[in-house]
Amino acid sequence: MFQIRIHGRGGQGVVTAAEMLSIAAFREGKHAQAFPSFGSERTGAPVVAFCRIDDKEIRLREPVMQPDALIIQDPTLLHQVDVFAGLVPGGCILINTTRTFEDLGLAELKEKFKTATVAATELALKHIGRPVPNAALLGAFSAFSEQISLEAVSAAIRDKFGDKFAGRIAEGNVAAAAEAFELVCNAETA
Amino acid sequence: MLKQLEGSRAVAEAVALCRPEVICAYPISPQTHIVEALGEIVASGALAPCEFINVESEFAAMSVAIGASAAGARAYTATASQGLLYMAEALFNASGLGLPIVMTVANRAIGAPINIWNDHSDSMSQRDCGWIQLFAETNQEALDLHIQAFRLAEELSIPVMVCMDGFILTHAYERVDMPTQEQVDAYLPKFSPRQVLDPDEPVSICAMVGPEAFTEVRYLAHAKQMQALELIPDWAAEFRHAFGRDAGGLVHAYRTEDADTIVVALGSVLGTVKDTVDEMRSRGARIGVLGIACFRPWPLAAVQQALAGAKRVVVLEKSLAVGIGGIVSTNVRTALIRATPVYTVIAGLGGRPITKASLARVFSAENLDQTTFLDLDRPVVERVLAREKELRRSGPRAEHVLREKHGVPTR
Repeated sequence: MFQIRIHGRGGQGVVTAAEMLSIAAFREGKHAQAFPSFGSERTGAPVVAFCRIDDKEIRLREPVMQPDALIIQDPTLLHQVDVFAGLVPGGCILINTTRTFEDLGLAELKEKFKTATVAATELALKHIGRPVPNAALLGAFSAFSEQISLEAVSAAIRDKFGDKFAGRIAEGNVAAAAEAFELVCNAETA
Repeated sequence: MLKQLEGSRAVAEAVALCRPEVICAYPISPQTHIVEALGEIVASGALAPCEFINVESEFAAMSVAIGASAAGARAYTATASQGLLYMAEALFNASGLGLPIVMTVANRAIGAPINIWNDHSDSMSQRDCGWIQLFAETNQEALDLHIQAFRLAEELSIPVMVCMDGFILTHAYERVDMPTQEQVDAYLPKFSPRQVLDPDEPVSICAMVGPEAFTEVRYLAHAKQMQALELIPDWAAEFRHAFGRDAGGLVHAYRTEDADTIVVALGSVLGTVKDTVDEMRSRGARIGVLGIACFRPWPLAAVQQALAGAKRVVVLEKSLAVGIGGIVSTNVRTALIRATPVYTVIAGLGGRPITKASLARVFSAENLDQTTFLDLDRPVVERVLAREKELRRSGPRAEHVLREKHGVPTR
């Protein structure tokens, strides 16, 4: 079983990200479970959502306490919430930021975990016109974690957003995910 | 067809496949997504004929369902928590009138203090209101139970409550196998009411009944539920044959053969309990699980049979009967002939996560108390009690617990 925990703030599409991830995994024939941490949701308040992916039925319903991967949608949470709690040794950390782990004061994490950054909010503004970084982060996560293909992520985005605004929202998010995917692939080979 | 859906959406699509003719609802978390989705389905014209009625309260929602059902329409509604309490009087009316309404309860705690999260306090508070109560373990089962519920309700002419854990199931995306309209049509015949309010053939339904007949009317209500105990396993078997998977029935036993300890639970926590039991079994513990799928009517004989070999029964409950402890435990005790010890574990109140680690700890404990509160923060409770002992005007309890927990003053 592969477990992902997503941290962000109300309004950043944290819950939707976990749901889209589960749809992408489902499209690849896997069992997947996505659920939010059910706070009293308010814009800007810290929000957590979870996704589990497995080859067999998932029965477990406890929150993800030992994630294999973390997606941090808002780097300002680093000072507010213990986002790294329980991350398994060698686990993945993906942060939405224009800065580096060194700039964020997190250089030591690079020794114990697999790390990546992507400027997902900027990509979202460019492709969708709104600062909702979730789809771009899933594109980056696809390149980074090698759990889910970019095709499955794109299909999940289209599935989730449907033909809202004549499909422009879906296609903007798909483009943001694709660019984030490329950026992370290039950073890894560089 | 396999789909990856939110639990609420899955239930809404399944309800639509059952062709309800009247859907009335008042929104309350965590039930809202279900009726929202049904509202969209009705508005799209995909479910017709069906009237979606927005009402001003839960009492009105159940009253509209009663009126619709008495007029011969297949009626559906959904609620949770205080919403269920607000319709309490109408719940008794629906069952007393013998109207086959189907309702989803997206289980949530009851205030005060206000709490929007999951536990079973709401449906447990209405366990004796004369409705059949079915509990879903997964979103697949929630979906399937609704299809069975309409059949059961209409065959017996009594209302059915399908209980599914709020948020944990209603807001979880997971894989479900959505049946086709043809499959549901073949399993669920057209509604043929036992009684109808018809202006051309006027009758009274449940007008005043005096002492000379009231006992008999109540006896018949009881007899109907006893009859359900015989029909439910048959229909679950028929469902398996038609849809190719298990859902519903009275109880589900898991690894209970040779088990010294049997854990009894209901709802979505069964998945976590099964994973815990597998891990404990791999370490040599003789432990199994009994899931209660049908809580009302109480499946006395099935529970009795399933627990016959147990040396110890641990009942895991998501509700608390203040002043006695466990509600499910009290029911379980009626099914034990021998003096098998029954321990109550109260867990998951107001959305507290129930973890494998905590379950394994309590299931393997040598000397369990009669009633254990899983993961209770005893030092916090002790400090609040000490304060109450010290000060006459000790102030609001809930706020003191919060302050102790967060270390900040709350006003």
